[in-house]
Amino acid sequence: MSVKGLGELERSIMDILWAQNTPLTAREVGRLIEERDLAPTTVMTVLDRLTRKGFLDRTRDGRAWRYQPAESRDNYVAELMLEALDMTGDRSAALTRFAQAVSGPEAEILLRALSELEEE
Amino acid sequence: MITAAALSALAAACALGAWRFTTARWTSRAPRLAIALWQSLGVTWGLASIGALLAYAVTPYDRGVIHGLAAFARGRKPDATWDLWHALAMIAGLTLLAVLVAVLVTAGVQTLRARRRHRLVLSLIAREEPGIPGVRVLDHPGAAAYCVPGLRSHVVVSSGTLALLSHDELTAVLAHESAHVRERHDLVLLPFGALRRALPWSKVVRDAQAQVELLVEMAADDRARRYCSPRRLATALLRFGTAGAVPTPSGMLGVAQSQVMARVDRLIKPRPELSRSTRYGLVALSVTLTTSAPFLWALPF
Repeated sequence: MSVKGLGELERSIMDILWAQNTPLTAREVGRLIEERDLAPTTVMTVLDRLTRKGFLDRTRDGRAWRYQPAESRDNYVAELMLEALDMTGDRSAALTRFAQAVSGPEAEILLRALSELEEE
Repeated sequence: MITAAALSALAAACALGAWRFTTARWTSRAPRLAIALWQSLGVTWGLASIGALLAYAVTPYDRGVIHGLAAFARGRKPDATWDLWHALAMIAGLTLLAVLVAVLVTAGVQTLRARRRHRLVLSLIAREEPGIPGVRVLDHPGAAAYCVPGLRSHVVVSSGTLALLSHDELTAVLAHESAHVRERHDLVLLPFGALRRALPWSKVVRDAQAQVELLVEMAADDRARRYCSPRRLATALLRFGTAGAVPTPSGMLGVAQSQVMARVDRLIKPRPELSRSTRYGLVALSVTLTTSAPFLWALPF
């Protein structure tokens, strides 16, 4: 079995935690992960990294930590989309975008142009 | 004193030029040249304004801006008397310099931080689509296609985009985005965005920034059309522009609409390129502008 890269592992662990409704311990995460031969310390390292980056919250449960996502997956998607559509209000030039959507009479002009182009 | 006057005149000429340039009509026929001219106008305006203040401040030394500043820094005694006005000009010049540098550095840091965060979240939630290798897909019904620039840039599209566009249109959009990546358009936009945030009340700066944003898109369109059908790029633009799922914040409507239509128009009915002599003239103007301010700074009187 191949050893996944750290980034790949972060993804799988986030997916596992997003799919669960309750906070999990490192051991429980390790049991749910596809690669069973993963060292428990590796799982703990990744959980710790994700916590430090702010993607996971953790709470004490006896001698272990329980981890859960800080935000739902949809919230992160929404965060990226807001930036992608330049609706955050800051002009930091962090991204370069293809085009912006418009509405109202402006959109009608574009729609007319589109149907003309499609007819030709 | 002559240098101070010349630098003031140069700064004024740049401001006037920028104001005239915001309504120039040839820019869509040569977006790259227009971008270069905007850049030289910006740099020259900054250097000339700071230089004019500093040149006046060090006139008592009578040896030009750079040598005068060096003498001042070494604590030499000026030949003529150094009065309050010279001191004020020195303070104003150095403050302007500090503000401009601080604004650029802050914008750079904020941009890098925003990108890092974006890339981090992306690595956790974006997926790869077998049909379009190297492109990240974000599961959201809205239409978005963009690039996260950097040493390793990422092109990202939403699943809404995949549903909205035909195969050829998607190819066109991706060609447009890789043009942004290859030509590092984010670096072009950075100083203009920074200046706009520093001077939000200035109409010229706002117009200049909007212009450069549009010109960068046109430059990317021009590169993309070498690899795809310009017509498909145009229909992709129109589909994006009318993907009404997303309400656009008011106040940006006019700009965005005219931008989409302006880009579509030049893709469908390209106007002739600028004549060779005009192009050479513009390059010469841009080079002259960019070198004039450093030249005046270095003059020894």
